[in-house]
Amino acid sequence: MDTPAVESHRGDRNPSLIRISDFDFSYGDKQALFDINMDIAEHEVTAFIGPSGCGKSTLLRCINRMNDLIESARIDRGKVEVNGLDIYDERVDATELRKRIGMVFQKSNPFPKSIYENVIYGLRIQGINRKSELDETVERCLKGAALWEEVKDRLDTSGLSLSGGQQQRLCIARAMAVGPDVLLMDEPCSALDPVATAKIEELIHELKNDYTIVIVTHNMQQAARVSDRTAFFYMGNLIEMNATDQIFMSPDKEQTEAYISGRFG
Amino acid sequence: MKRFFHEELEAVRSHIMEMGERAVESANLALRALEQRDLDIAESVIEGDEIIDAIETRIDEEVARYISLRAPVAKDLRLLFIAVKASHDLERVGDEATSIVKRTKKILASDETYRDLGRVPDMCELAISMLKEALFSFIQEDEDIAYQIIRQDKEVDALNRENFKEFVELMKDDASKVDVYAEMIFISKSFERIADHAKNIAEEVYFLLTSQSLKQVLKGDA
Repeated sequence: MDTPAVESHRGDRNPSLIRISDFDFSYGDKQALFDINMDIAEHEVTAFIGPSGCGKSTLLRCINRMNDLIESARIDRGKVEVNGLDIYDERVDATELRKRIGMVFQKSNPFPKSIYENVIYGLRIQGINRKSELDETVERCLKGAALWEEVKDRLDTSGLSLSGGQQQRLCIARAMAVGPDVLLMDEPCSALDPVATAKIEELIHELKNDYTIVIVTHNMQQAARVSDRTAFFYMGNLIEMNATDQIFMSPDKEQTEAYISGRFG
Repeated sequence: MKRFFHEELEAVRSHIMEMGERAVESANLALRALEQRDLDIAESVIEGDEIIDAIETRIDEEVARYISLRAPVAKDLRLLFIAVKASHDLERVGDEATSIVKRTKKILASDETYRDLGRVPDMCELAISMLKEALFSFIQEDEDIAYQIIRQDKEVDALNRENFKEFVELMKDDASKVDVYAEMIFISKSFERIADHAKNIAEEVYFLLTSQSLKQVLKGDA
C-alpha cells in the first residue's frame, strides 16, 4: 500500500563552500574563539547565534578578514578555507577576497552619495566607468535587493534620504554589485522596525538562490525563520551546529536548549 | 505582507483537507461494504486507515515545526491548534470506519445474506454530510456553517437511539442472531461517533474563526 511520503525538512546538505578548521583566534591576550570546526554549505543561509561576547561576530569577520584591520587580532591556530583556498595564505589579497565575500553591517552605512553611486561604488574603485555596464549593474542589484521599484525614479537622490530599511537594502545591493559568492550579514535587522525586518528576511530567503549567506543575529526567531542551518556559540566555543529545524525543535546539547528557551544568555 | 513561510501554513491546511476527504471516503465505503456485503471494500477501508494515520503524524510534525520556527500568534496559532485537534478527530473517524468494517466482516461470517440495517444508512448519510460541512466551514472560513452542524448532531443521536431499540427488539425476537444484532448496535454507535467528531471539528472551526468557544455561545443562546 502506498502511504504518503513524510517530507524531510532536513534533507541532504549542499556542498561545503567555507570550511573552518581547528580555528583559535585572539584579541591580544584574550582568546575569543576556541577550536572552531565547521562547514558552511553553498546556497544555504547559516545563522550564528549566541549571547553577546560569544564570538559569533568575531568568527563572521574572520571569514572575509575584516579582523585584519584590528591590530591586536591574531589567529593562533587553524584555517579558514573558501572554495578550498586558505584565505589567510600570505599570497591572498584581502581586498580581492572581500569582493568575493561581501559584508552587510548592523547599522546601514550608505555613503553620502546618490543611490546610483552607492551601488556602483565598488565598480568605480575597480576603474569600471562604462555607463551601460554601470546602469545594468544598478538595475540588477537594486532589483536583487528588492529596492528597484521604490527608488527607480530617484536614483540621483542621496542614499541617506532613504528609510532605515531601504538604506539596509541599498547596502545589500552595494555588496552584490562587486559579484560576491558569499554575503556576510552582521545583525542586519537590529536597527529596523518589524516591517523593514520582514522585508530583509524575505530578501535573504530570495538571495540564497544566488549567494551563500552567513548571518549573525541576536534574534533567535529570525535565525529560525531565515536560516537552513544554525550554529550556537557560547564563550568562544561552537557548542552545536545543525539543521535549523533540529536546533529549534530538538537540539542535541543542553546548553543550546537552555539558550533558545530563554533560560540563559 | 505574505511571508515565504506562510506557504507552510497553507500546506497544513491542505493536509487537513486531504485527511478530511479520506475520512469521508472511509465512512462512505464502510456503509457500502455493509450494504453490498462486500469484503473487498471492507479491506480497502482498513488499508485507507493507515494513510489517514500517516497524514495525522505528518500534520503533527508540521505543526510542531511551525510553532518552533515561526513563532505564530493570533489566528495563525489558533489554526495550528485546530489542525492538531481536527486531525485527531479525523483520525478517529478513520478508526470508527475501520471498526465498522471489522464488525461487518463478523456479521457476514455469521450470515452472508444479512440485510437488516435499521436506520444506519440514514445515520451514515447525515454523519457524512456533517463531516463534509465541517470541512467546508474550515476551508470557507464560515462560522455560520459550523454553527448549524451542532444542531444536526442531535438528529444523529436520535437515530442511534432508534437503532438501539430496534436491534434490541430484534434480539428478543430471534435469540440465534444476538451476536449479529449486537454488532449492528456497535456499528450504529460508530456512525454516531463519526457525527460527534464532525461536531468537534465544527466547534474547532468556530473557535478558529471567532476565538470564542461555541459551547459557551450556545449556552448563552439557550
